[in-house]
Amino acid sequence: MRWFWIDRFIEFVRNTRATTIKNVSFGEEPIDDYLPGHPHYPHSLIIEGMAQTGGLLVSEEGGFQTKTVLAKVSKAVFHELIVPGDQIFLTAVVQDKKPNGAIIEGTVTVNGQVRAELELSFAFLDDRFGETGLFPPEDLLRTLRILKLFDVAVDQNGNRIHAPEHMLEAERLAARGFIQSRAISQSKPV
Amino acid sequence: MQVSEEVFSKVQAALIDALGVDDDEVTPQATMVGDLGAESIDFLDIVFKLEKSFGIKVATEDLFPKDILTESTYVQDGKVTATGIAELKKRMPWADLSKFETNPRVQDFGDLLTVSDLCRYVESKIA
Repeated sequence: MRWFWIDRFIEFVRNTRATTIKNVSFGEEPIDDYLPGHPHYPHSLIIEGMAQTGGLLVSEEGGFQTKTVLAKVSKAVFHELIVPGDQIFLTAVVQDKKPNGAIIEGTVTVNGQVRAELELSFAFLDDRFGETGLFPPEDLLRTLRILKLFDVAVDQNGNRIHAPEHMLEAERLAARGFIQSRAISQSKPV
Repeated sequence: MQVSEEVFSKVQAALIDALGVDDDEVTPQATMVGDLGAESIDFLDIVFKLEKSFGIKVATEDLFPKDILTESTYVQDGKVTATGIAELKKRMPWADLSKFETNPRVQDFGDLLTVSDLCRYVESKIA
């Protein structure tokens, strides 16, 4: 199962705020399995969606190379259930960002009505947790494109944010490797 | 050294909010880690709440002088040397180091900070 609980970015201002949308479908297994017979979107997945929104927001400035993990859910208040057919708006606003972590305030709305209020802390892991990022950069780049992050992302001055060069380079290398492996497999006698 | 009621009350509120502890647990003598159960990530939250509440800027190095605790001139065989203790006192005049001095193991430093220490630190920043 894919572990993406956001569908698309519709707003992204570096180190400031980001909004994503998530369309809730009855076709998603957790919606009905969480409480059979009473389909609704589990609160834990709302938190995860906000963590994905906020985590990408606070790690973008470092070219998404900062090893960012959700470290603490300081506040999670849910006002009303979210059900199939709802379109969720998840807005994360940066409250604080330091070299070792960041805090965001999250608001979840459906049709303009607040359904949940969150406060999440993220930790930035240092090299003790490995020297490379948490995800292969070419895979993360693909995900960010699917989420249309670069379609809307701007810095604090309104300048467009483009895909980081290290990710593009990783993508080129991966493509070259794939082409070479295909060529080798096709040249082998059957 | 006494801390003002107002500072204590705001620090107490920040700790209750950040750590989910009861107000009667947040006594001046309580240690942040041992008694109140603060973990490393909680300090990010605590610092944020103190900055917001008092309008101050808190540097992580103020509360955890990592450079002193890792530098070989200040640490030998896992213990902070006399020079290291002197440096800690200079950098953290608001902290009560008397207990730590009796057996200054680096690994125990994390549980040194008390609520009173934190209040005195805040007072030093707003003075």
